[in-house]
Amino acid sequence: MGYSDKVRGVYQETLKKIEDAGLFKTERTIFSSQAAEIEVEFPVGAPRKRVINMCANNYLGLSSHPDVVQAAHKGLDTHGYGMSSVRFICGTQDIHKELEKKITEFLGTEDTILFPSCMDANAGVFEAILTEEDVMISDRLVHASIIDGIRLSPAMRDTFKHQNMEHLEQKLQEFENKRIKVVITDGVFSMDGDTARLDEMVALCEKYDALLFVDDSHSSGFIGKTGRGTHEKYGVMGKIDIITTTFGKALGGASGGCVSGRREIVEMCRQKARPYLFSNTIAPVVVSGVLNVLETLSKSTERRDKLETNSDYWRKGLLDAGFVLQPGDTPIIPVMLFNAKLAQNFSRDLYEEGIYAIGFFFPVVPNGAARIRTQISAAHEIHHLDKALAAFIKVGKKYNILGKTKKEIVEMYGL
Amino acid sequence: MNNMKDIVLKYVIDEYLDDPDEELTYDSPLISGGIVDSFSMVSLKRFLEATYKISLPDDRATPEAFDTVNSIVTLVEEFISKKS
Ligand SMILES: Cc1ncc(COP(=O)(O)O)c(C=O)c1O
Repeated sequence: MGYSDKVRGVYQETLKKIEDAGLFKTERTIFSSQAAEIEVEFPVGAPRKRVINMCANNYLGLSSHPDVVQAAHKGLDTHGYGMSSVRFICGTQDIHKELEKKITEFLGTEDTILFPSCMDANAGVFEAILTEEDVMISDRLVHASIIDGIRLSPAMRDTFKHQNMEHLEQKLQEFENKRIKVVITDGVFSMDGDTARLDEMVALCEKYDALLFVDDSHSSGFIGKTGRGTHEKYGVMGKIDIITTTFGKALGGASGGCVSGRREIVEMCRQKARPYLFSNTIAPVVVSGVLNVLETLSKSTERRDKLETNSDYWRKGLLDAGFVLQPGDTPIIPVMLFNAKLAQNFSRDLYEEGIYAIGFFFPVVPNGAARIRTQISAAHEIHHLDKALAAFIKVGKKYNILGKTKKEIVEMYGL
Repeated sequence: MNNMKDIVLKYVIDEYLDDPDEELTYDSPLISGGIVDSFSMVSLKRFLEATYKISLPDDRATPEAFDTVNSIVTLVEEFISKKS
């Protein structure tokens, strides 16, 4: 009990600083399961409100799908609730092995290892497979969990300008003499919704004998013609050496992740990746749910097709209304407002209209690039999107930004 | 001395700016201004060490010390003078 007033004071002061900087995060409590419409209490104590959810990673609308729920129920009955063990002691059931095999097939790789989360996969993989003799070269906008993983590895590191192939090539030349070079990128970048040009990256990696690592958390299940991911979209299936992805977004949305790729790399993770070795196995109920999701997605592209149609519809609606969007062709569609305060006010007004969409601003996105990030789902029906669009237009009119260019919006509100 | 400032400024522009026409001065806040993220600072550090044949310990190569071209040059000069 060394929690003295002095220690308490240290934390209180730090928390106050976070608050004063406008960076204090609060949770919004949801009183329903995840869906296109959810019941939210915000702020704390306010009456509950039914709103259209435009900010979940529930891309395929499977988070509460009856088939997935039923499969999870069944798995609970046949395989129990928990395993109370890490994988290699007594935490590997038949279904864990089956899931690894099914993911390997789905992604078109050589082998797969499950992790408690994709954060864990990213945190563990680089330390497990690289030494001081190697180098990691990452896109400057990769996800925070990858940055943590890179920091945990003894290999040398460097970064290249976002999606800039000339800069990447320059770095590959600079590190030509390293034993192993790994180029690291997200498949779909979660803040901008742009996709990494994997065809060009594969070509560069082949030219300079480098491995290619892709985090496909925001792609697996729906990017590419049959939803296999960004590598399918760019015609380079089988050529990505390391793919990490999550089951916490499109693939059912519960939890869990994996490293999938070259056989020896996966085996190295099984031997050495610390989050795999020292954290509990994925619960059987979740494994059962993900297995069902993969089965459904392997049989039909109906859900990813609907997601694509929805995303195109939403993007076109916003563009026709005169909003400035980040260019792209994924279900992540950022509405650019540039000014942080404007993004916050816009989000609050949308909520008043029954639309739940979150504003992002510095330091989550670059200074002067504040936005409302909208995420489309196959759970959305056209009437949801029409209602959301009407609300965006109403609020957009209020702030007089419709049909305005970036320059004009910045002139009105500042950066 | 001005020369070192210009060399460092040029490196920062080439290495970190997407738009080379963006205005950057010796006093522009690089890290706190969000131009260079602290994770990407390593290449700048490596460049300084190789160009000026010095070794910058991690406890001195801080985001604060790397925040402007001016402060970077001050740091580098300190280590160059220690060398001789
Ligand atoms: C690109 C990316 N990688 C990894 C993760 C982490 O996934 P998980 O929730 O499985 O830890 C996320 C989730 O936010 C993500 O967006």
